Amino acid sequence: MDKPLAIGAVAFDLNGMPVTARPRLGERLSHTLRERLDARDVKVGCDAGDCGACTVLVDGAPVCACLMPTHAAEGREVKTLRGLAVDPLHARLAEAFEAHGAAQCGICTPGMMVSALALLSETPAPSEPEVMDALGGVLCRCTGYRKIVAAVVATGAKTAARADEPAGPGHVGTAMRRVDGAGKTAGTERFGDDVAPPDALVLRVLRSPHARAAFAFGDLDAWTRSTPGIVCVLTAADIPGENRFGVIPAFADQPVFAEGEARFRGEAVACIVGEPEAVAALDEATIPIDWSPRPAAETPDLARAPGAPQLHADRADNLMCTGFVACGDAEAALARADAVVEGRFTTSFVEHAYIEPEAGYAEMQGERIAVHACTQAPMMDREALAAILGRPETDIRIVPTGVGGGFGSKLDLSVQPYLALAALKTGRPVRLAYSRAESMQSTTKRHPADMRVRIGATSDGRLLGMRFDGDFDTGAYASWGPTVATRVPVHASGPYRIADYRAEARGIHTHNPPAGAFRGFGVPQAAVAQESLFDMLADRLGLDRLEFRIRNALTDGQPTVCGQIFAQGVGIRACLEALRPAWTEERARQRPHGARLRGVGVAAGWYGCGNTSLPNPSTFKAGLTPDGRIVLHQGAMDIGQGASTVMAQIFATALGVEVADVTLIGADTDLTPDGGKTSASRQTFVSGNAARLAGESLRAAILARANAGEGAVIRRDAGALAITDGARTHRLDLTAMPADPEGYVLRAEETYDPPTKPLDANGQGAPYAQFGYAAHLAVVEIDAAMGTVHPLRFVAAHDVGRAVNPLLIEGQVEGGIAQGLGMALMEEYLPGRTENLHDYLIPTIGDMPPVETIIVECTDAHGPYGAKGLGEHVLIPTAPALLNAIADATGARMTRLPVTPARLRAALLEAKP
Amino acid sequence: MDAAYYAPTDLEEALGLLGTREISVVAGGTDWFPARGRTPVSGDVLDVTRLAELRGIDRDGAGWRIGAATTWTQIARADLPPVFGGLRAAAREVGGVQIQNAGTVAGNLCNASPAADGMPPFLTLDAEVELAGPAGRRRLPLADFVTGPRQTARGTQELVVALHIPAQPAHARGAFVKTGARRYLVISIAMTAVTVGLDAEGRIDHARVAVGACAPVARRLPALEAEMLGRRPADVTVTQAHLAPLAPIDDVRADAAYRAEIVPHQISRALTVACDG
Repeated sequence: MDKPLAIGAVAFDLNGMPVTARPRLGERLSHTLRERLDARDVKVGCDAGDCGACTVLVDGAPVCACLMPTHAAEGREVKTLRGLAVDPLHARLAEAFEAHGAAQCGICTPGMMVSALALLSETPAPSEPEVMDALGGVLCRCTGYRKIVAAVVATGAKTAARADEPAGPGHVGTAMRRVDGAGKTAGTERFGDDVAPPDALVLRVLRSPHARAAFAFGDLDAWTRSTPGIVCVLTAADIPGENRFGVIPAFADQPVFAEGEARFRGEAVACIVGEPEAVAALDEATIPIDWSPRPAAETPDLARAPGAPQLHADRADNLMCTGFVACGDAEAALARADAVVEGRFTTSFVEHAYIEPEAGYAEMQGERIAVHACTQAPMMDREALAAILGRPETDIRIVPTGVGGGFGSKLDLSVQPYLALAALKTGRPVRLAYSRAESMQSTTKRHPADMRVRIGATSDGRLLGMRFDGDFDTGAYASWGPTVATRVPVHASGPYRIADYRAEARGIHTHNPPAGAFRGFGVPQAAVAQESLFDMLADRLGLDRLEFRIRNALTDGQPTVCGQIFAQGVGIRACLEALRPAWTEERARQRPHGARLRGVGVAAGWYGCGNTSLPNPSTFKAGLTPDGRIVLHQGAMDIGQGASTVMAQIFATALGVEVADVTLIGADTDLTPDGGKTSASRQTFVSGNAARLAGESLRAAILARANAGEGAVIRRDAGALAITDGARTHRLDLTAMPADPEGYVLRAEETYDPPTKPLDANGQGAPYAQFGYAAHLAVVEIDAAMGTVHPLRFVAAHDVGRAVNPLLIEGQVEGGIAQGLGMALMEEYLPGRTENLHDYLIPTIGDMPPVETIIVECTDAHGPYGAKGLGEHVLIPTAPALLNAIADATGARMTRLPVTPARLRAALLEAKP
Repeated sequence: MDAAYYAPTDLEEALGLLGTREISVVAGGTDWFPARGRTPVSGDVLDVTRLAELRGIDRDGAGWRIGAATTWTQIARADLPPVFGGLRAAAREVGGVQIQNAGTVAGNLCNASPAADGMPPFLTLDAEVELAGPAGRRRLPLADFVTGPRQTARGTQELVVALHIPAQPAHARGAFVKTGARRYLVISIAMTAVTVGLDAEGRIDHARVAVGACAPVARRLPALEAEMLGRRPADVTVTQAHLAPLAPIDDVRADAAYRAEIVPHQISRALTVACDG
């Protein structure tokens, strides 16, 4: 090959077939595979070799396709997951992934499986450490990795299927595999960047390089005309409706495009729309924009200082809002306490770091606009786009794609308004996938918190009073900041009985990216402070740290700090007690001396499921077709957590059929009623109830037709239903029944809205219909010389009310713990400095120790079959349990997150006499 | 004329392309692509991975020759004596398997990151860099080749063709210790490589110590090496004076004080690994 490879053609073997592609010079193999050779089973998460999602085999060796020039593939053999699917080994691995729940959202699954197949072909029965070494280059944000390791080891051991995998109808309580797993393990599930048609234009958003800057455009029209392939540039002037959005209407403050001044680094000011080749070749430096940086307030302290620049005219002193809860007299109680501990705790911006950057496409469907994108909240997207586009909601259709992780950030708009505006403007399909950097710069984060807390107790260990004051950096725009401000004071007591309490949380605007929803809405930060101080208090009083918590745990009939009394379903004591065996064992363990220290910590948490004192309905619809299909319109977004499976299980249980008999439709705003947002751990609880009611209602309609009693058994029977009531079987011939316009011969549509009551000025009321409860135990080994923390073991007890699917519960718990571990030990988003996945660190497969999940079932009167929400609870106790374990091992009380090696080492040096 | 992608198999042809035009030299692409982000390529691209002369690990007299485009996986799997233990350990810490399969030894050195995992172990092996250019071949000690962050002594018309490792004491062993905030895919906060030999009495008779991510370029610690000779490994004490060649800084991964403080621990651990296996 001593001649230049002709630019026009690169020939290689793709999945056993010779292919020829004509890439641009310097084009990434990942791009060529996806865009020119239709191999969209290759996922792109970072374009920097940091996440491994794009792993393919080149001549048998796993490489990141994003780091290989396509031209370098000339003459080589390239295999993607799709090509490996012909190998029986793939079938076994896929079976193991599904049986173990090793795929949640599925975006990392192709990279994981390709890496695992390379390992298995060389090492047929790998050990756990060998699996970790082989898969260490692929990041997963959902699973906590343990089930992936288990699935690969099981494949090698030729025990791919789980021995205990249940058979049967899949009703509530069954640890069945997810209903949508096959597409994930085949690499055929379609995510945000996988759905655009080939003729789509490409959009590029232009963003502020400064935390705060005035800007002015030059002659954009002239630039557009002089730049071949560019179709248009859109700015605020192109917005037909309001240049404003926000998830909480009263706080909607974020422009689609900044006007005049950008308020954070990464804020959108314009977007370019053009032909794919033109946008790929775009030199952004040629676009005429003048930036004038201005002094920015990049911390809450700076934002609150006299003379600080004000982000929003109507929010004096950059105070967005305050949340407040008070009962009794906290100061008086603290004054009479035998022991009072206090501390100041700070946490950092935490990035969601889902492996799928935001992506989608929009197109005109007649006069209507359809937006296909990854989202956690299709109905909210539709409402927000209607305002931006100045059109009725009925003109807009949201078709969610597969969601490659959400964790709260995909509740807010990201790509949607740009796509919709561009489709409207050009009349053509337009696509957009955020780069990793712009995903990190521009989408919401977990709020950094600065918390000052005091807690007092009697000498015999009864909690007396607590005072909590927290400042939360909400960034430039409100997003879900008001929700954080509201939730934190309600939850900052932890799941304990505290009669005298005062908590205030303030959301402070800064010139930082907007902080919004991230698994727990501020509660994980508050738990860091409260649960750390509980250990200090127990130690001060000479009490066992776990027993101290058990003694003060809320019970049925006791008021929360909001004065809410639950007569049933308060499961925290059971969770804490479930940790006793592990706690006793670990406390009795001989402590090593020298550089390797070992410690154990516990912490608890609670979380109210659903919106705080606000309406929060979900609606589910189901129907029977003449050919005997049972269709459930499933509008509760499955973002990997398993909502589709859980809804199908609950619905099938209520209807009395097998899960396998249920056909799911959706989500799609044209097809599915409003299942609400996937947020606030509300889907199993709220949507689950709507699915249950829909199932019950459809069952009643069927039984009425058959004149059958409550206990009758319904079976599908080709175009009919067989309804057996005692000795009598009635055959309901569906083909003979008239179908409605949707094609259903029988249908049901039901809504559930959890009962809550407003909070008064002191935060007293009934904010949630149910809480879920959790307690974690963490065991760590500390390398004292290096300041590194190595978690060895987690035991996690969760009161889920009723376990709808224990396998999915384990998946949530393990994944939540991984995120809590990251928050505690390594994750710190610094605008301009950690805008990639090698400077911003999330846990890798080698960082997660085994997790023992203990499922506690204190059934809840409001939950479907007694079930409670879980998605956020799994993260809340993790970080404080780790901090308490670190303190147990070293004596150093860490109060700033993350506990990096340097910070821990500094604390150890300071602690030395 | 449109820019082109060149993947010659002949070194002379590759050298002929250099200097005649704007051209990017690419091997594994593992640093080249992340550094560019979405910026389009301007100029030509020279892919050096098909140059036969840049591949392979071979004996070279009493020493070794490692082709410039040798991947980290090839290093990790090569049949090399224990003095290469540190280099092989580093090879398994360069990113994940995907990066190790693509990234090359010369690419790691030419990228000249202060945190390049390859630098400390190659320094402890007294590696020399062989460059080929219009004026012929030249060899530079590695320490003279990497001159600063993102800076090397490679001329625009030169290519790194190989690394040369001189003969090593047969009894010497190598080790590598890296500290970061997570298990895999981690850029070092600090890292240390050693090669060390013990005489029949268990006293050190060969010592090389190099530290990375604690100075603009990874550095050997000659004063320490000199003092180690004749001592037993357990009697080696690292003082601040030994660390004088280092100049750690504060960055997102750690502060300078931490780096300075953990290096002695890394050295003592690397010594232990090297001596005890």
